[in-house]
Amino acid sequence: MYSKTIKVALIGNPNVGKTSVFNQLTGLNQQVGNYPGITVDKKTGICKLNQITKAKIIDLPGTYSLNANSIDENVVIELLLNKNDEDFPDVAVVVTEVENLKRNLLLFTQIKDLEIPTLLVINMSDRMKQKGIELNIPLLETELKTKIALISSRKNIGIEYIKELILNYKNLSTEACLNASSIDEEYFNRLKKAFPNQLLYKLWLVITQDVNFLNLERNTIENNFTRSHSDLKKLQQKETIKRYQFINDTLKITQKIDKSKATDFQSKLDNILTHKVFGYLIFFGILLLIFQSIFDWSSIPMDFIDTTFSKFSALTKESLPKGKFTDLLSDGIIPGIGGIIIFIPQIAFLFLFISVLEESGYMSRVVFLMDKIMRKFGLSGKSIVPLISGTACAIPAIMSARNIENWKERLITILITPFITCSARLPVYAILISLIIPEKRFLGFSLQGLTLMALYLLAFVVAIGSAYLLNKALKLKCKSYFIVEMPSYKVPLLKNVALNVLEKTKAFVTGAGKIILALSVILWFLGSHGPGENFNNAQEIVEKEVYSSQHKINPSVIENTISAYKLENSYIGIMGKTIEPAIKPLGYDWKIGIAVVSSFAAREVFVGTLATIYSVGNQSEEEATIKMKMAEDIDANGNKIFNFATGISLLLFYAFAMQCVSTLAIVKKETNSWKWPIIQLVFMSGFAYVVALIAYQSLK
Amino acid sequence: MENSNATVLKKGQMAQISDINIDEIPLKLIEMGCLPGNTIELIQVAPMGDPLFFSINDAKVAIRKKTAQEIYILQDSIQ
Repeated sequence: MYSKTIKVALIGNPNVGKTSVFNQLTGLNQQVGNYPGITVDKKTGICKLNQITKAKIIDLPGTYSLNANSIDENVVIELLLNKNDEDFPDVAVVVTEVENLKRNLLLFTQIKDLEIPTLLVINMSDRMKQKGIELNIPLLETELKTKIALISSRKNIGIEYIKELILNYKNLSTEACLNASSIDEEYFNRLKKAFPNQLLYKLWLVITQDVNFLNLERNTIENNFTRSHSDLKKLQQKETIKRYQFINDTLKITQKIDKSKATDFQSKLDNILTHKVFGYLIFFGILLLIFQSIFDWSSIPMDFIDTTFSKFSALTKESLPKGKFTDLLSDGIIPGIGGIIIFIPQIAFLFLFISVLEESGYMSRVVFLMDKIMRKFGLSGKSIVPLISGTACAIPAIMSARNIENWKERLITILITPFITCSARLPVYAILISLIIPEKRFLGFSLQGLTLMALYLLAFVVAIGSAYLLNKALKLKCKSYFIVEMPSYKVPLLKNVALNVLEKTKAFVTGAGKIILALSVILWFLGSHGPGENFNNAQEIVEKEVYSSQHKINPSVIENTISAYKLENSYIGIMGKTIEPAIKPLGYDWKIGIAVVSSFAAREVFVGTLATIYSVGNQSEEEATIKMKMAEDIDANGNKIFNFATGISLLLFYAFAMQCVSTLAIVKKETNSWKWPIIQLVFMSGFAYVVALIAYQSLK
Repeated sequence: MENSNATVLKKGQMAQISDINIDEIPLKLIEMGCLPGNTIELIQVAPMGDPLFFSINDAKVAIRKKTAQEIYILQDSIQ
């Protein structure tokens, strides 16, 4: 086995192919976790260097510099400034790319100032010829006081050399590239005198950033060395200019660019893709394609999963000995797991598209194209990404709002994203639509499909409308920054896309899966247990009633009546009856009420809950789908429970209500206060209640 | 001459940055090289005239018109 582990931090600007390098180095040996307390993905992987040595590689979030502008970037400096962190790197690998070397090197010079052994990777060497770029690597190595690996992660060239350099990291220089403190000698000399044991650049970062390390009393630094905000910003600007002077001087002697060779294919593509007519047409075409794949293509694997699980559940019931455990398995756990697995095709399709759009560089063009329109509603062009991802799941969508610089635009995006129809609503819609909308065609379109589309549009209109109102109502003063990097177009790498889809799907299944599974077990318990006489003596009570009526009754009907009576008097039945007055005006009975209440944890629980309630309350052995059971359910007067008015009322309720604990938790984390998730919960659910009430009362 | 800013550039035109309004230009843009002495080129304009897609110091980046107004250019360096 390995006796030595070298800790490696992979650092770089966004869009330099850092993740490709990480994927090439580690392959499938990756793990995604979280940094404690924040929702930034922590990606680590293992790379074998030789017989006895392996490297533990951390893929740090992309950052432009060590001046942290966001939580993602904070992670980078917090790790690099804290020698006691278990992940503190033995060697820093800074990834850059040939086309943007000048800008990429800014971060490199900052890392060098931290006196960590640092090596430089220059990626995308395969594009050099096409772009007419030549580099004098040995001279660049001398100037930058480092070792350089010129590689192409796409073509898998030079990866072995990176491993070799990591293995020999002790030979790397820890000397800084330039003397940045010369921007204000007097100030930095005083700083040095006060903290003789500390690295000057670290002190500077502690002063200018919101981090607190090195066990320094932040107060002592601040009292003696604090400057006004704009003074500090001026100094930071000076520092940046100084670094660029050094970089420009260095590149002048080491890099040659023959501009005439740079092809104009990219700008031709931009002329079409950001065209005032074609640009929008292409974008909407792509959106159509995405929705087509989510609703149409994924229905094939989804139907397969659905039938497989109901068969499996019936099989368990038949083949295992009767008892509590079998019930739990066949009525609680198996339908619960099935309810999660069924989402995989849709989630995977959606992340496949998003991943391809981002990898190719097209997503930035969409942001560019939509910014002006979105701004009218208080949103940013960058809100497009959360709004599209929101059709899969609000959680990653809200997290992706992080790169919206303007706080107000970001807040509005976070607040309206849960309105977007996420995939969790889809099973609810699917079952309700099939119950209340006839399978007819209108002008050649399926009526059921049109209803589904109408629900999506409605949710989008309400989301945009809310954004408009929030924009008017929120009085927030913030500077309106908007910066989108426009990377050059690339053909997406299959490996990167596949790994991304795999990772996102896995995260969804394990994250949402836990909640759904736990809830289905709890629901099963509450539905099959109850307090007091009525529940425990259900059999006798029902039998007495039946026999006293003197009619001859089929035994299987008696059995069903008993289980229905049991369910009504179980814990869940009692809870449902308690809330019935509140939901009756919307057209729901207590069973639907339970499903609605339990789906406040997660919407997809609705179908699972009804599945559990109807299977607990149904003793027949035959394998009836939940849909059939729901369609047959009647109330005391013999009317169908799931009639048109109730169905529409439920559809509208689910379209607008805030029913996802995980989303509320992520909003709390992202906005750093309980205020916004609570407002979201009250406003959205209140709105949903009112709309559903109006719908039911006018349709019944 | 410092009275013109980056919004006067036409598509394909390039100029030298003379100064920036440090209070309005975000640090991220400065880090990309939006600094006096570096070049700025207008590559593409979004359909409704905003945002603008520039190449600043060879960094390809889109910013809003409002931000571009705070980047001052040398009038006679436009080419």
